[in-house]
Amino acid sequence: MIRVVMPYHLRNLARVGDEALVDVAEPVTVRRVLDALEARYPMLEGTIRDHVTHQRRPFLRFFACEEDLSHESPDAALPAAVASGKEPLLIIGAIAGG
Amino acid sequence: MSKVRVLAGTRKGAFILTSDGKRKNWEVSGPHFAGWEIYHLKGSPVNPDRLYASQCSGWFGQVIQRSEDGGQSWAPVGNKFAYDGVPGTHQWYDGTAHPWEFKRVWHLEPSLTDSETVYAGIEDAALFRSADGGGTWEELSGLREHGTGPKWQPGAGGMCLHTIILDRADPGRMYIAISAAGAFRSDDGGKSWKPINKGLVSNFMPDPTAEVGHCVHHIAMHPARPGVLFMQKHWDVMRSDDAGENWNEVSGNLPTDFGFVIDVHAHEPETLYVVPIKSDSEHFPPDGKLRVYRSRTGGNEWEPLTRGLPQSNCYVNVLRDAMAVDSLDECGVYFGTTGGQVYASADGGDNWAPIVRDLPAVLSVEVQTLA
Repeated sequence: MIRVVMPYHLRNLARVGDEALVDVAEPVTVRRVLDALEARYPMLEGTIRDHVTHQRRPFLRFFACEEDLSHESPDAALPAAVASGKEPLLIIGAIAGG
Repeated sequence: MSKVRVLAGTRKGAFILTSDGKRKNWEVSGPHFAGWEIYHLKGSPVNPDRLYASQCSGWFGQVIQRSEDGGQSWAPVGNKFAYDGVPGTHQWYDGTAHPWEFKRVWHLEPSLTDSETVYAGIEDAALFRSADGGGTWEELSGLREHGTGPKWQPGAGGMCLHTIILDRADPGRMYIAISAAGAFRSDDGGKSWKPINKGLVSNFMPDPTAEVGHCVHHIAMHPARPGVLFMQKHWDVMRSDDAGENWNEVSGNLPTDFGFVIDVHAHEPETLYVVPIKSDSEHFPPDGKLRVYRSRTGGNEWEPLTRGLPQSNCYVNVLRDAMAVDSLDECGVYFGTTGGQVYASADGGDNWAPIVRDLPAVLSVEVQTLA
């Protein structure tokens, strides 16, 4: 299972605890993780990436294994530790706003 | 015993305020969707326990929520607002062409006859309709594509479609308003549209009487007088007696005719309410006095209503969707401020009292009169 850690508001929206767990077949990529996440939690569609273009929303970033993966291709393989479930994929909201 | 339910959208969540018909003692529920901007909530006239809410965030975009129990519980529904076809461009602030981009839903208007149908006014300006209770949304693209769209431009708050008025007497007729494009009417259920801005004068435009480009802030209509419209424009309070074909100024003796809200008494179609704001440079009431102005003559002659409202050191604003009236025998009037107060009058505006004082900035106020 892939572990996904989301910002507080998205956890509330999807009604999940600290982590969401999704099944993703190899190769494990950001696109495939988000596809699985949105399939299991349809209320998240459009909140992490654009409905139509699938572009990441500008105030969100993707981190894993102490790396910022936000600007990697969504089809690039995620680190093995994420694919094995040892480490989570972190979806981080910008620390900004009032 | 009748009840009223006030739906307040704020910068940091939704609040539901309920009272009996006396409207003296209120229960406050919320915040719902804490931390999110709630631009608008509204209940279905057909099924009043069905509520819709526009929930949005600069981080996470748009969510639409629906309640089936008067706001006690909510579930997200569809949030995909995809323009029909290639949307083209409108004017940007600097006059250059700018592509249409979805930003948020400003206003939700449930159908008067079908609880499954609801309309959404969005930024960048377009009108959407859902026929399945908000599950899926389809653009009524005849509005955006009728011809003047490339000339529309955003107001300071964005290029928002903020007013949707349905006509109970003529199901095909709809009115909408856009900042800063103007007012538009459809007579065929939203398929085709025409600008209805004749008589509006906007001195910030190269041609002050142009067909489009006017910064309309809000429009109100009494359900029993569907051809009569009242408008708070950026500057000027306007009236039309012919379904928007022609507009006449009715600002009369107002201390300033800038403002955002306008509404009509539930039982007196010639009784209007506005909240004058000093200017577009200073978005607060003149002289620090929060005054609702009432006209009992359909405009031109206005009286200040001050009893119970702060008459010194008050520098809040009242935003365009933040006034509503109930339909009890003695009409209740409600408005919310950017200072977080929701004021109510249970006697048509003669006396006011805050229901709540310290909410986040209020973006919208709607009221339901319940049996």
